[in-house]
Amino acid sequence: MKFGILINEGPYNHQASDSAYLFAKAAIEKGHQVPRVFFYHDGVYNSTKLTEPPQDDRHIVNRWSKLAQDHKVDLVVCVAAGLRRGIKDEILAPGFRISGLGQLVEAGIQCDRLVTFGD
Amino acid sequence: MDEASEGVVKKFMFLNRKAPYGTIYALESLEVVLISAAFDQDVSLAFVDDGVYQIVKGQHTKGIDQKNFSPTYRALEGYDIEKLYVEKEGLEARGLTEDDLLVDVTVLSAAEMANLMAEQDVVISF
Amino acid sequence: MLHIVNKSPSERNAFDSCLRLATKGSAVLLIEDAVYAATKGTAAAAQLQAAMADLKVYVLAPDMEARGMAGRVLEGVNLVDYGGFVDLAAEHNTCQSWL
Repeated sequence: MKFGILINEGPYNHQASDSAYLFAKAAIEKGHQVPRVFFYHDGVYNSTKLTEPPQDDRHIVNRWSKLAQDHKVDLVVCVAAGLRRGIKDEILAPGFRISGLGQLVEAGIQCDRLVTFGD
Repeated sequence: MDEASEGVVKKFMFLNRKAPYGTIYALESLEVVLISAAFDQDVSLAFVDDGVYQIVKGQHTKGIDQKNFSPTYRALEGYDIEKLYVEKEGLEARGLTEDDLLVDVTVLSAAEMANLMAEQDVVISF
Repeated sequence: MLHIVNKSPSERNAFDSCLRLATKGSAVLLIEDAVYAATKGTAAAAQLQAAMADLKVYVLAPDMEARGMAGRVLEGVNLVDYGGFVDLAAEHNTCQSWL
C-alpha cells in the first residue's frame, strides 16, 4: 500500500515530525511504500541543512534525508510556505526538494492513504 | 511518484477547525483548496468548531497588519468549489447564525456532518 | 474511517470533536498528548468509556510509556505500536487527523 504523509509542524518544537518519521519507518518495514512526504506550514523547517541539534539528541533532518536515500521517499517542501519562512534551495538538506502545493493534492490522489501529522 | 493522476476523481474534504489570524492554518488551508481546483477532484470544505470564524462577515485586518483573506471564500465559486458545509452546533455555540457568514453554506447537524466525513476518500485537516 | 487525535483532552477540544463526529464503528487512535484521554481517573476517561460502545479505541503505547502513564491505561483500550498504527491506517479507507 502507498502512504502519503503530510507534516504541518517544524522539528523539535512539536512531536509531529517524530511521529511521522516513526510511522513512515514502520510502514516501510512492513513492506508498504511511502512515495511522498509533503512539508507544509512550519513543517518546511524540517528541511534545512543548517539544523544542528546537540549530539545526544536525534537529528530529525538527517533522519528524513537518510529515509529518502534508502527508500526513495520524495521529500517535498511547499514553495509558498517555504519562501514565507526563508526556506530556499541553497539551504535544503539532501533528499528534499521545493515544489508547489499541487504535489500535496497529487499525493492525496495517487496514494492509497494520506496521513497528516501536525498541531 | 510516477503514474499520472489523470482521470482519478476522489472525494477530498478540507476540514477547517481553526480561527483565522491567530495562526496561519486558515490561510494556508485556503491556498491548498485553491490549488486543488486544478485537479478536477470532488472537493468539499467543512467548517467545524472555531473554523466557522474563518467565514464570518465584517473582517477588517488593517489594524493587525495582516491580509484580509476572507473575500477569497466568496471567490471559490469561480473555481467550481461550491460545496461548503458548516456544523450547526458549532455555529450556535458561537452565537452565530447563517446570516453572519459571508458565503452561502449548507448547515448540517453533527450527525449529518459525521456521515459526510465518513464518505470522503481524503480528509485534509488544518 | 480512522480518527487520529493528538491533543490532550484537557487542553483542546479535538478529542471532544472527534467523539462527536466519528460515526459508529469507526476507529479512534490516540497519539502524542491525546494518550492522557485514555488514563484512569480523568474526566475524559468516562467519556471514552461511554464512546467505546460505538467506537474502537486504540492508544499508541510508546507515547503512553514516554509520559509515565503505562500503568494507568484505561481498561478496554487497545495498545498498539507504530506498526499497529500502520495496520490501522491500512485497514481503514480514510485517515482523519484532529489537529
